[in-house]
Amino acid sequence: MSLLPTSAQRNIFHRMMKNAVEVRNLRVVRGGRTVLPDLTLDVPAGQVVGLLGPSGSGKSTLIRAIVGVQLVESGQVRVLGEPAGSPGLRHRIGYLTQSPSLYDDLSVRANVRYFASILGAPAASADEVISAVDLSDHADALVGRLSGGQRSRASLAAALVGDPELLVLDEPTVGLDPVLRRDLWNLFNQLAAQGRSLLISSHVMDEASRCDRLVLLRDGQVLADDTLPALLARTGTQDAEGAFLSLIDHAEEAAR
Amino acid sequence: MNLHRTLTTTARVLAQLRADHRTIALMLVVPCVLMGLLAWIFNGTPVFDGIGAALLGVFPFVVMFIVTSVATLRERTNGTLERLLTTPMGKGDFMLGYALAFGVMAVLQALIATAFAVWVCGLDVAGPLWQLVVVAVLDAVLGTALGLLASGFARTEFQAVQFMPAFVLPQFLLCGLLAARDQLPDVLRWISDVLPLSYAVDAMKSVTANPAPGADVTSDAGVIGLWILVALVLGSLTLRRRTA
Repeated sequence: MSLLPTSAQRNIFHRMMKNAVEVRNLRVVRGGRTVLPDLTLDVPAGQVVGLLGPSGSGKSTLIRAIVGVQLVESGQVRVLGEPAGSPGLRHRIGYLTQSPSLYDDLSVRANVRYFASILGAPAASADEVISAVDLSDHADALVGRLSGGQRSRASLAAALVGDPELLVLDEPTVGLDPVLRRDLWNLFNQLAAQGRSLLISSHVMDEASRCDRLVLLRDGQVLADDTLPALLARTGTQDAEGAFLSLIDHAEEAAR
Repeated sequence: MNLHRTLTTTARVLAQLRADHRTIALMLVVPCVLMGLLAWIFNGTPVFDGIGAALLGVFPFVVMFIVTSVATLRERTNGTLERLLTTPMGKGDFMLGYALAFGVMAVLQALIATAFAVWVCGLDVAGPLWQLVVVAVLDAVLGTALGLLASGFARTEFQAVQFMPAFVLPQFLLCGLLAARDQLPDVLRWISDVLPLSYAVDAMKSVTANPAPGADVTSDAGVIGLWILVALVLGSLTLRRRTA
């Protein structure tokens, strides 16, 4: 896998900033249902933060609030030092929607080039990110003809293009085989090592070990926000899934 | 607004169309078939000369309305619009990008339909032919602009298709094709004075009937242009970066 180009200047700036994302008392109501009642969270800069939780726990809603497409009821979301959704952020964030969002009737390359062009990135950068997600062999295939896993990688390539400082990825590894998942996590860790910040949602607990920090979300509430070793030590469990279950049990006992 | 992003979007929409041969064929051939059918029905009567030109303004309007409203609704439902709105893409860039792409198709469609009507069906045009083409292009762009606006109110593709009769048929009934506009009851005439398709049909009629239509066509074209602008602005207001 090839490395994406990095900018030393951005690295320095990034290290000066403590948090890539700061969420304060975020409240979101969707269709009459309170999805996030009162959420507070920091995503440290230069790390891979895993957002874990069952489906329906509010992961996608939180992600949409961070990229600035979610109507919020109250609370504050600051991203890279600016309010979420600010025009100044639009070329600094790479967003992967939960279901692949590309044009089915265009090739992978044409899709990624389109997004590159909107961001003012050179056309050649499209080929780099396509190779980073291991789709070079399918660059000229129409997106509509790809398998589910290939399509989600093509969508990921479009999120990576333009060298964003913050990547917000909603379930990027769904439906991928173990080898591809491992390769993509290697890529994510590399990107963080170069100074980028990543927030990655997943409901696959075994991906927790690849994250610098974990945020466990349930019913719109943060059950835990810590490193995996600290979580395991605190709950006396062997893996992320066990830790998650133990935290839920504790939360329910406390509620009784 | 940013010219580069607008043109990039135009190029992308045209690339998508280019891959879809059947849609291109439908856009270019259907108006000719309908025109030919009409000429055949009224073969040997003066009726075709009366309404043929008016329909030359209606067909591109209807076809572009449908194609545009479905295409932009697809952007909303497949998530590409949400993704685009997190990028520097401006709402105006997006709307104008679409309008330009379908405008290109409109020019092609107008040229082919006009040529077919005049040279194959024998439509009598007293005024200059290029004015007929210009009005047809304006009508097509009007259809695109209203289609963009309508797609903002549709949540599903079924609804988008249903907007065609809702947006288009009332205009069709009141535009002066079925009954002369000055013979309509007052209220209906006022409504028809506001609707853009009335001006499209008026302009077409002027060009076919009048050897030097000049000012008439210019003022009609001005009203159509104004409607295009209003629909594009309203349409870009229905694009919201933040949704529930």
